[in-house]
Amino acid sequence: MTQPRAISFESVGQVFETDTGSLEALRGVNTTVERHEFVAVLGPSGCGKSTLLRLTSGLLKPTCGQVKVFDYPVVEPRDDVGIVFQKPTLLPWANTIDNVLFPLKHRGGFVSREDRERAVSLVKMVGLEGFETRLPEELSGGMQQRVGIARALLMDPDILLMDEPFSALDALTREEMGFELLRIWQERPKTVLFITHSISEAVLLADRVLVMSDRPGTIIEDLTVPLERPRTIETTTTKVMHEFAGYLRSLLLKRAA
Amino acid sequence: MSLQDISAASSSNALPEATQEDAKPHGSANASAAKFSLIRRMMAVPGLLPGLTIIGLLVIWELATRIFPIPSFILPAPTRIGGAIDAVSAERWLDHVWATLRVALIGYLVSIAIALPVAIALTRSKVVSACLYPILVVIQSTPVVAVAPIIIVILGSGDAPRVTITFLIAFFPLVVSMTTGMMATPRELIELSQSLKAPAWREFTQIRIPYAIPYIFSGLKISITLAVIGAVVAEFVASSLGLGFFIQFSTSNFKLPQAWLGLGFLVLMSLTLFNIIGLIQRLFFPWSIPKDAR
Repeated sequence: MTQPRAISFESVGQVFETDTGSLEALRGVNTTVERHEFVAVLGPSGCGKSTLLRLTSGLLKPTCGQVKVFDYPVVEPRDDVGIVFQKPTLLPWANTIDNVLFPLKHRGGFVSREDRERAVSLVKMVGLEGFETRLPEELSGGMQQRVGIARALLMDPDILLMDEPFSALDALTREEMGFELLRIWQERPKTVLFITHSISEAVLLADRVLVMSDRPGTIIEDLTVPLERPRTIETTTTKVMHEFAGYLRSLLLKRAA
Repeated sequence: MSLQDISAASSSNALPEATQEDAKPHGSANASAAKFSLIRRMMAVPGLLPGLTIIGLLVIWELATRIFPIPSFILPAPTRIGGAIDAVSAERWLDHVWATLRVALIGYLVSIAIALPVAIALTRSKVVSACLYPILVVIQSTPVVAVAPIIIVILGSGDAPRVTITFLIAFFPLVVSMTTGMMATPRELIELSQSLKAPAWREFTQIRIPYAIPYIFSGLKISITLAVIGAVVAEFVASSLGLGFFIQFSTSNFKLPQAWLGLGFLVLMSLTLFNIIGLIQRLFFPWSIPKDAR
């Protein structure tokens, strides 16, 4: 018996009706993501990368085709999916722990002592020990995004959807957060769908990179990253990484030209 | 405060000092530094500088009425206005103040109680917004002072017409600020709420309304002063008690000093209420105030 696939897209198309007419965001998307696989989606801005993510989360229903999570069609938001947004979007009035606990509270759940302890250990895991009672405004952008990641992990989801989570950070913090994410991912294996427009980020983090075309977005390449794990700072200087990143760049630029 | 503290304070605020010294090239540096440390020290005491300014203006006002032959019905001296405190008994003053305060507060609370659900409805539904918003603007565009006599005729005497008039004046800024705040909630948080399959009301209680708090308090501050205006307008039209009535009654009897004193109490009431709202925000929602303003 084979394990069910974590995520599968079956000829998914998405058309948005806007005031100025209809807009085809996705066309004929076919792909699968295995359990505990780290998949990066790379593409030009406005190619429907985020739409892919929102379809998986159940916030959006596909115009045609089907999105399945663990072999079940996605018809509504699922409990086993956590989302990390581009901006951390924390609650400005809640401290770190309360922000991490927010999904539980928002569902109307009772926050038990164990839940609180779990939140504390999550905060520790994302490297924010000592900042448990700080308000978001007292945290840097990178720290805020760490809270965002801890919040997404609270329900211990099988699938983590990340929508350009580090794009609002400065270059150094961004790289640091990439390594942090790898560390967290190793500690808590998850199926990750990681949207990005940074080639080096995609290569460094992912097992597989899906390259998307311009609108209407479709997957034009599905490449396995030829890099060993664990990946470190040394990985970023290897020839393999450079060649692979260069190949991806030429792919994307060719599309743009 | 030690000398070190003062010099540290002045160096942390170097720009105004530099411009000041540029303006006075002849004064010795030491003398101007000493002068500024005094002003800085005074700035550190809250309310001291504005208080001194007001006292200074009152003194000028007093002197002006004594030097120039200004009739007291045009501009009574501050001492004469203060003396008017004996015009009526203390209990009577309290009755007037309380009558106005009560109507202002009830009208204010009614405004909040109605504005919140209206704002939620406007935020939730585009259809409701399209239907209601033009009506709200029409109400806001109607001069309430002109409508007041009509309202008195419809609702008769008593508190009901006064509260209604107050409500009509104080309501609109509240709705606008609440709606703006709830609309300003980041889309991601709303999506997070949806992805958690939380009921819609909790999206409001746990996300949208708290998010709107800074906006709501701007509205609350504007509306509390408007509520006092509303109460006074209502008293002008029909009343036998309250500061608005007292001012009108006093002016029609040419007792200007006591009219001015009534006005003074009204200003004091507005200021106090305004500051109480600010205090509530600082005490209970400190995060909603921009860092620099805390």
